[in-house]
Amino acid sequence: MREIFIEFRDVSFRYGEEQAWVLKNVSFNIYKDEWVAIIGHNGSGKSTIAKLMNGLLFPQKGEIRINGVPVTEESVWDIRKQVGMVFQNPDNQFVGTTVQDDVAFGMENRGVPREEMIKRIDEVLNAVKMQDYRLTEPHRLSGGQKQRVAIASVLAIKPEVLILDEATAMLDPKGRKEIMRTVSDIQDQNEISLITITHDLQEVTQAERVIVMNDGEVWDEATPREVFAKKDALRKIGLDVPFIAILADELKKNDLMITSEPLNHDELLEELWTLHSTM
Amino acid sequence: MDITFNNVSYIYQANSPFSHKALENLSFHVPSGTFVAIIGHTGSGKSTLIQHLNGLLAPTKGEVQIGEYTINSEKKPENLKELRSKVGVVFQYPEHQLFEETVAKDIAFGPENFGVSKIEIQRRIKEIIPAVGLDEKLLERSPFDLSGGQMRRVAIAGVLALKPRVLVLDEPTAGLDPRGQQEMMDMFYDLHQKQKLTTVLVTHSMEDAVKYADHVIIMNKGTKYMEGNPKEVFTNPEALNQVQLDVPEMIQFLHAFETRFGASIPFTRQTVQELASEIRHVLKEADSDE
Amino acid sequence: MNNSMIIGQYVPGNSLVHRLDPRTKITIIFLFVIIVFFANNIASYSILTVFALVTTALTKIPIRFILKGLKPVWFLIIFTFILHLIVTKEGEVLVEIIGFNIYSGAVIQGFAISLRFFLLILITSLLTLTTTPIEITDAIEDMLHPLKKIKFPVHELALMMSISLRFIPTLLQETDKISKAQASRGVDFRTGPIKERLKAIVPLLVPLFVSAFKRAEELAMAMEARGYQGGEGRTKLRQLRIKRIDVFVFITFAIIVAGLLITRNY
Repeated sequence: MREIFIEFRDVSFRYGEEQAWVLKNVSFNIYKDEWVAIIGHNGSGKSTIAKLMNGLLFPQKGEIRINGVPVTEESVWDIRKQVGMVFQNPDNQFVGTTVQDDVAFGMENRGVPREEMIKRIDEVLNAVKMQDYRLTEPHRLSGGQKQRVAIASVLAIKPEVLILDEATAMLDPKGRKEIMRTVSDIQDQNEISLITITHDLQEVTQAERVIVMNDGEVWDEATPREVFAKKDALRKIGLDVPFIAILADELKKNDLMITSEPLNHDELLEELWTLHSTM
Repeated sequence: MDITFNNVSYIYQANSPFSHKALENLSFHVPSGTFVAIIGHTGSGKSTLIQHLNGLLAPTKGEVQIGEYTINSEKKPENLKELRSKVGVVFQYPEHQLFEETVAKDIAFGPENFGVSKIEIQRRIKEIIPAVGLDEKLLERSPFDLSGGQMRRVAIAGVLALKPRVLVLDEPTAGLDPRGQQEMMDMFYDLHQKQKLTTVLVTHSMEDAVKYADHVIIMNKGTKYMEGNPKEVFTNPEALNQVQLDVPEMIQFLHAFETRFGASIPFTRQTVQELASEIRHVLKEADSDE
Repeated sequence: MNNSMIIGQYVPGNSLVHRLDPRTKITIIFLFVIIVFFANNIASYSILTVFALVTTALTKIPIRFILKGLKPVWFLIIFTFILHLIVTKEGEVLVEIIGFNIYSGAVIQGFAISLRFFLLILITSLLTLTTTPIEITDAIEDMLHPLKKIKFPVHELALMMSISLRFIPTLLQETDKISKAQASRGVDFRTGPIKERLKAIVPLLVPLFVSAFKRAEELAMAMEARGYQGGEGRTKLRQLRIKRIDVFVFITFAIIVAGLLITRNY
């Protein structure tokens, strides 16, 4: 059994006394070193979950534990060292006047000595391939580059989990690819859990596990393959299904006996090939 | 209204050490009533291009012709305002342009500026509100109390209230969830057909371009890289890959299928259902040959 | 499109003046401003002028660029001169123009005051021309440090300044975007009576404020997520260091000041 890192127990949250519950009795675990995608329509409570994970918000009911420690006003600064977060808007999280100043910001806050900072800035900018932009000002960077700097800034703190809260939503396809490549490299090379909150199907299929949110409740929790098998139900709650999954479904309706739930071209072609040679 | 670009170049901050060529010798012609998709990376000149369509920018060289209006380096037309009343532009994240106290006032803002009568504006609002999928109850609310998706619809209603003949859409679905994206594109396509608009869609989504456009222009580094109907443009993945653009997923699959099975299924903008039966057909045929 | 934007009027370079510690520059300018008011004869004015011109030359910034930057103040300088010509009635009458007597004292004094004015503006603009805004911020934070003892929020002030600097280009971009969106909805920012044009600003300002508040809110949240808890216990990446060259410049400046004090007595 893998070690639990984040634990949500019957968590309910609303933004105000008179307002509707954004999250209703939400429970799930996230394990060490795993990649989880959280999906759901806009307003389903995804981003609220992210903000609860590092104490930017506190639930009215239920409990959240990070590494066994409940998230409270007292523990929150320790927890933020372990839980790094990248937000949606590349502009509104860039604090420094240059790339290296921005990467330094989080370390400065934690009183990291200067020599150590310089060393880590080197490391993390290399990790996100932004080493050539050390002194560049933010308005000269593309959205994708800014988000890579944001990721580097988080990595510099050496967190145990990296949360991407719709971090690719405002990027063009090229920027999106850059980020996903960066993120999967990081996941390969480090012992770090990854939580991507997203609409992007590519991001979802790369994850090990998916938590599907609908109207403030956990609607499903399974592997991408299992989740995408529920095509019609997913569409009903406003979500997308990959092209290959739809095609596989249509092929079944055409009496082609696709048995697995293919998620990419190769898987489907392989299956068709097997079918073809046994026909 | 027809749209014609004749050798249009645009240089930002010309005659300064910082001058930067955003468009270079761009020419194309789009007949009235066309749904055009403009595709290219950030910085390819797309947004500079669309700002020429209602005279926000005038070409440094060359000439832009929108219907009967001409814009060139010498003169912005006297009747610039008239042109703007006929070319509606929905900018990226249009909800950022909202400012009035109520939804109704914000929608009325554009037409009022162009001197449309109060009665006519009321009539248009009545018509537009359901078309963009809003509830009439929201009309007296502050736009800033609405959800992000609703705000975007209000902003779009504000542009549609001009009754434009040309509708320019700059990534209108950015930031929406999949269902929101689908609804919004369907809405624009519906308007395009019903009101016989000329629609210019700037998008990163190849799937949307294939689905809705009659004509595709691929921009790269300020120049026109490719142009044609979606079938012509997208069945040339090598050329697109050269400028790091993808082809729609169905075409990617057709190529992979051909490599694997040696049988080609032509791209005809078919639906997934049609594709499935074509695949079955190909597989069955291959069997009966053996 | 925005690549061309220069914040303030900083001109990148690697001249002696560029490399000086910003605190050195600020201190010297501060002293210079005081000393200029003590100048009272040809010798002292000459020394100050030579100092200012040599410093200007050392920045290696094209003279043309600097003069262009001074354009708005030329008018003030000339105006000061003319004012003195009219008002001051000392010395002998030099010429008489349409009933006005121009006195020799007026010419000398007018010239001296205008020169003072010119030197002040020239030397202070050299600071912003050779120092990035963030360096100036760092220097101010460092120099105001003693005020922390009386609970003056030095760190917060400096952080506010640096965040403002960082967001200036973003907000300019946003202004451009929103004004284009409203222009597309028929707002005319450029022509028409003043009243109409003032009215046209509302559709620009409201969205700008709304977005600035939203940005501020998101930025505050991002800063909190990144562990920002105020100035306590913070370390700093950017450091200011007094180098040999700063010491050298200070000594040179001290000699000039001494020279001035001596000439003043004659």
